[in-house]
Amino acid sequence: MLVRAKWSALKQSRWYEYVLRFVLGGLATTLAGVVAQVFGPETGGLFLAFPAVFCASATLIEKHERERKRKLGLSGYRRGTEAAALDAVGAGLGSIGLAVFGFGVWLLAPALTFGTLAVGALAWIVVSILLWRLRRDTRTVRSRSERRS
Amino acid sequence: MEYLIRFVAGGIVVSVFAVLGDVLRPKSFAGLFGAAPSIALATLSLALWKEGADYVSIEGRSMIVGALALALYSLVVCQLLMRLRWSALAATTNAGLVWLAVVLVSKQLLIG
Repeated sequence: MLVRAKWSALKQSRWYEYVLRFVLGGLATTLAGVVAQVFGPETGGLFLAFPAVFCASATLIEKHERERKRKLGLSGYRRGTEAAALDAVGAGLGSIGLAVFGFGVWLLAPALTFGTLAVGALAWIVVSILLWRLRRDTRTVRSRSERRS
Repeated sequence: MEYLIRFVAGGIVVSVFAVLGDVLRPKSFAGLFGAAPSIALATLSLALWKEGADYVSIEGRSMIVGALALALYSLVVCQLLMRLRWSALAATTNAGLVWLAVVLVSKQLLIG
């Protein structure tokens, strides 16, 4: 299963869905800043992994999948739920990468300053992709052995 | 003015990662971008500029706890969707309480 870009997926989103995610992203970033100013960086740092944006993404994915199936004359209820669940699985793996990002920032920020963010982002994507591949390979091996038995 | 910059920077970074999540397939891979460091990149860039590296380092340490809570949150959302057949909106908003409880308790226990 190769990773690919499906550009036609952009046509499924309506303009207000992009605005919604922009506003949610802006609000979540502002919230993280306000919490850090009021309660200090120890508490503010927690909100750098606030799941506000994931909430919107999963809801939109479910909606798009249902709409796609309804056009084919199916209810799409189950497909929408499964698509949102798959998105949650990916987010779970990405969260481990996000923890590595935080670990890198914690250790390297005093030495690298702005370079820390580039190193952290690279660590996030590498760890996330490795975990995703590990999960995919484990599932492939398991399904093959189940077929044999 | 600072909050406006924060809002716009956060909105742009989150939107870029959201578009990546929209176009990439398979869906489990695209889901990785649901936990992209979008809020962190916008917030920490501004904090480095305004507060300095030591402040950012402390935020990074707390972020580890928040990210691990996000992993648990994703697991709970997945279970609510697949086992209880909740809608995505109901599952993601209710599981938000789990995230909040985990980060607050973990912060008290691990960071103080």
